[in-house]
Amino acid sequence: MSEQPIIVSASPHVHSDRTSKKLMYDVIIALIPAFLVSVYVFGVSALIVTSVAIISCLLFEYGIQKYLFKTAVTITDGSALLTGILLAFNLPSNLPIWMVIVGSLVAIGIAKLSFGGLGFNIFNPALVGRVFLLVSFPVQMTMWPTAIVNNTNIVDAVTGATSLGVIKEGLLFGKTMTEIGAQLPNTTNMLLGFTGGSIGEISALALLLGGLYLLYKKVISWHIPVTVLATMAVMTGIFWFIDPEHYASPVIHILSGGAILGAFYMATDLVTSPMTKKGMVIFAIGIGAITVIIRLFGAYPEGISFAILIMNAFVPLINTYFKPKRFGAKIKAKIV
Amino acid sequence: MSESVLYSIFLLASLGIIAAVVLYLVSKKFYVYEDPLIGEVDAILPAANCGGCGSPGCKAFAEKLVKTEDISDLFCPVGGNAVMKMVAEVLGKQVAEKEPTLAVIRCQGACDVRPKTTEYQGPRNCAISAMIYSGETDCQYGCLGDGDCVAVCKFDAMYMDEATGLPVVITDKCTSCGACAEACPRDIIEMRPKHKKDLKIFVGCLNEDKAGIAKKSCDVACIGCSKCEDICPKDAITMLNNLAYIDPITCTLCRKCVEVCPTHSIIETNFPPKKVKKVEAIVEPEKIKTDA
Amino acid sequence: MLKTFPKGGVHPPENKITSSKSIKRMTVPKVVYVPISQHIGIPAEIIVNVKDTVEIGQVIAKSGGFVSSNVHSPVAGTVTKLDLIIDTSGYKKQCIIIRTDPKNEANFQEVDYPLIKDITLEPKAILQKINDYGIVGLGGATFPSHVKLSVKEGTVLDHLIINGVECEPYLTADHRLMLEKAEEIIVGIEILMHALHINKAVIGIENNKKDAIDIFKKLTQNNEKIKVAALQVKYPQGGEKQLVRAILNREVPKNGLPLDVGVIVHNVGTIFAIYQAIQHNIPLTERVVTVTGKKLENPANYWVKIGTPITDLVNEVGGLPEGTRKIVNGGPMMGKAIKNTDVPVTKGTSGILVINEDEASRGEPKNCIRCGECVFVCPMGLEPHLLMNLSEKGMYEKASAEDIMTCIECGSCSYVCPSHRPLLDYIRFGKQIVKKLNTAKN
Repeated sequence: MSEQPIIVSASPHVHSDRTSKKLMYDVIIALIPAFLVSVYVFGVSALIVTSVAIISCLLFEYGIQKYLFKTAVTITDGSALLTGILLAFNLPSNLPIWMVIVGSLVAIGIAKLSFGGLGFNIFNPALVGRVFLLVSFPVQMTMWPTAIVNNTNIVDAVTGATSLGVIKEGLLFGKTMTEIGAQLPNTTNMLLGFTGGSIGEISALALLLGGLYLLYKKVISWHIPVTVLATMAVMTGIFWFIDPEHYASPVIHILSGGAILGAFYMATDLVTSPMTKKGMVIFAIGIGAITVIIRLFGAYPEGISFAILIMNAFVPLINTYFKPKRFGAKIKAKIV
Repeated sequence: MSESVLYSIFLLASLGIIAAVVLYLVSKKFYVYEDPLIGEVDAILPAANCGGCGSPGCKAFAEKLVKTEDISDLFCPVGGNAVMKMVAEVLGKQVAEKEPTLAVIRCQGACDVRPKTTEYQGPRNCAISAMIYSGETDCQYGCLGDGDCVAVCKFDAMYMDEATGLPVVITDKCTSCGACAEACPRDIIEMRPKHKKDLKIFVGCLNEDKAGIAKKSCDVACIGCSKCEDICPKDAITMLNNLAYIDPITCTLCRKCVEVCPTHSIIETNFPPKKVKKVEAIVEPEKIKTDA
Repeated sequence: MLKTFPKGGVHPPENKITSSKSIKRMTVPKVVYVPISQHIGIPAEIIVNVKDTVEIGQVIAKSGGFVSSNVHSPVAGTVTKLDLIIDTSGYKKQCIIIRTDPKNEANFQEVDYPLIKDITLEPKAILQKINDYGIVGLGGATFPSHVKLSVKEGTVLDHLIINGVECEPYLTADHRLMLEKAEEIIVGIEILMHALHINKAVIGIENNKKDAIDIFKKLTQNNEKIKVAALQVKYPQGGEKQLVRAILNREVPKNGLPLDVGVIVHNVGTIFAIYQAIQHNIPLTERVVTVTGKKLENPANYWVKIGTPITDLVNEVGGLPEGTRKIVNGGPMMGKAIKNTDVPVTKGTSGILVINEDEASRGEPKNCIRCGECVFVCPMGLEPHLLMNLSEKGMYEKASAEDIMTCIECGSCSYVCPSHRPLLDYIRFGKQIVKKLNTAKN
């Protein structure tokens, strides 16, 4: 007999090796390629903003849990770290540092901990932080450093609008897509990340690489990202087909802005997405549709943050109405 | 200028009138007649909503009191006789008089006398761990120590003693609603009549095992030796399945049983300390327990 | 593509370390502790007294009602005591304690029973014999077999399914039995088909037991009536409803039985016990038990007499290894952890699993991160996270409306939960309360 007493517990007595911590760190691993690209493109400023966001998120979580709520501190579970990274990925690299800290406070303090901590938040914390900053400091939040590319070498980074901003502004002044097209980076640069935008959203290729890793690791299922992108492609495709001079092509829409970052990393956030496959598809269609509507007809050039937050609010409702099919609820085959 | 002021006043006033009319119509339409007596009785009841009477809340109990012809078997344990008397006056019905009761914990198996032989892993909830097995100790009758009774008490009249791992009833706060007794999967908690000055004598054990096994699993277990039964002058003690039970009605609190119990499993509380003289008169003075 | 059930399921590491070890006969224990309640339903009534001499196979406790079963003496010897002994439920239950007579040769004889293929009994007599000989479902549920086989007149019944799935990790008792007693099992199937007037039988075996599939395929080559279905390896395929869905693509209705879709499911172990009872007049007094564990010296499969203390079994394989923290009666997914090894083997014991300290502890439960994994793996299409919350908060009516009672307690949800939440603990608790409320209502 061992010195320690025998353990008695209810079945099952084995457990899969999935833990929530592992899931969080898998997402963080998946975000590394996109982060490297942005450091390459934006330089050290991307590194500074990301580090500040991460550190302030962790510190806020620690401080609030320890001194305000007096509960167990959970900063090691990776969720605050992930929130910090995702928040930073949604910010321009030249944002003043204090704004990053304010964003972190809103993300961790208001969006996450005031709802009851990990698992109880209704909205994606990073996106709440981002949207708070966007509506509070619209000027700073919409001036991105644009990578000026000359024979694939970065010559200089100046501040400017993103591709989506250029299109929106151009269309507002009555230009046609052909005229605007000249100002846009080409598809290769969009894929690789030599374009303007928030820290994490610029390189579609790096994000897709991470997304594939997440799919391979089964951290996320294909339902949300594929449906979001497909909905966006179909909707923008219809408009583009009708009037290519006034609507950008689906390729531009998907590769620019936060579409891929949102579809793979923000909308799939486990806590704030539905719990059934059916529900996920509905949720993702909603995100895709609202994003396209905001992009084409709204005041903001980019709408995926708002779209995800709006659909987050519908998740409890979706969970209530899209239940898994109960076994034996309907007799499938009669006896022959 | 004055036009817009007037316009606002008119608009707000008309909105108010429309809302008032709608509210009036709706309240008329959905008006439910309720016996005014119900409200009256409900006002008398303690409003604890503990469910000790068997009805889900005081309002429901008031309704039951008003609607039932014979209410002699209905009783509000929290309000006790005083409240029931007032109810009887209002309703003009006969009510039964009951002796006030109190929850007592019939287990003394603290951590030091009842060794843990296994480790339970799972939700700390008596009802759930009771489903899986007989508990961390070898006694399958005793307290599981996960505090379902404390969680269910609405009057903060119970707490878990961290040193012993057993629940404790705060006598002054206990309203004898019986919720704890219901919650306990082991039926350790008994509602016993309150004696004067809160004196209590009861067997603090429910172990039905044979002497050797019971004693092995817990030092203070009742081993069914019948010594207390033999000494009781009033025949208040009965033995069943190796376990003594003291009938609270017949018991005269003479404390003779406490003295003879070899395992100290009979609990006496709130008695004044014994005089030295009396101690000497007893054969085995070291076995006297003054548990206060 | 191999057949399987479509919704949910998990695939834990199989760890079938004893699958190549043939079944050995366990040393006859000196004392056996035979519980009188080894089946679901009313406990049997003791009909022997202390100091009585009993023979092997003598009825020592008589069935206490319809849903009950006879209990037979597994050894020849003397009844020494009728006492309360902790059994697999974790509580003390009435047991008959018999001291084995070391002089009685019947205890130590190893008879090689010849294969008898002819079925001479009438269907009614077969069912009666199954009742008399104390046969219960040996898959783990221990439901008295004669109750399962008492089909009401007019019920359409067209398939007998033989459960050789053994989807639990570690366990190999059924696997070995199928390899070693394949012909007997085929006869057993024929007996049941004859008794129930069924013309089709399917043996469902998971694809990780290719040797067993091959044996049965060979034996049923020229048999029109009995077929073998190779199934994809997925837990909990051994559940009746999942098995019927996997093999016949029929969905047993909610709160229904396989009987409602014209199917009866029996475990291979039960089939073999039925064969023994009908053809050789041997009551159910021993069964195959897998004694296994990663750290055990000598894990193996044994023919074990009912009532053998688990201590004896563990000693047979080299004793409890250093650092043992958990002993499970049954498989790791649905088995019950037991307090100590004094617990006797019962008709429902399919395995003893000894778990070492590195794997024994449960993870610390954390907040639900609403990943939905429990919903994806639930084979019954339930929402375990929701049911757990409802049970925890005491909202039993709502839990009942969310079909908590259809839960088969397979444990896939708890297995997969990344936050280590005790989902099944609470669901089981909720089920218990809902059941109580439902009986109170009726």
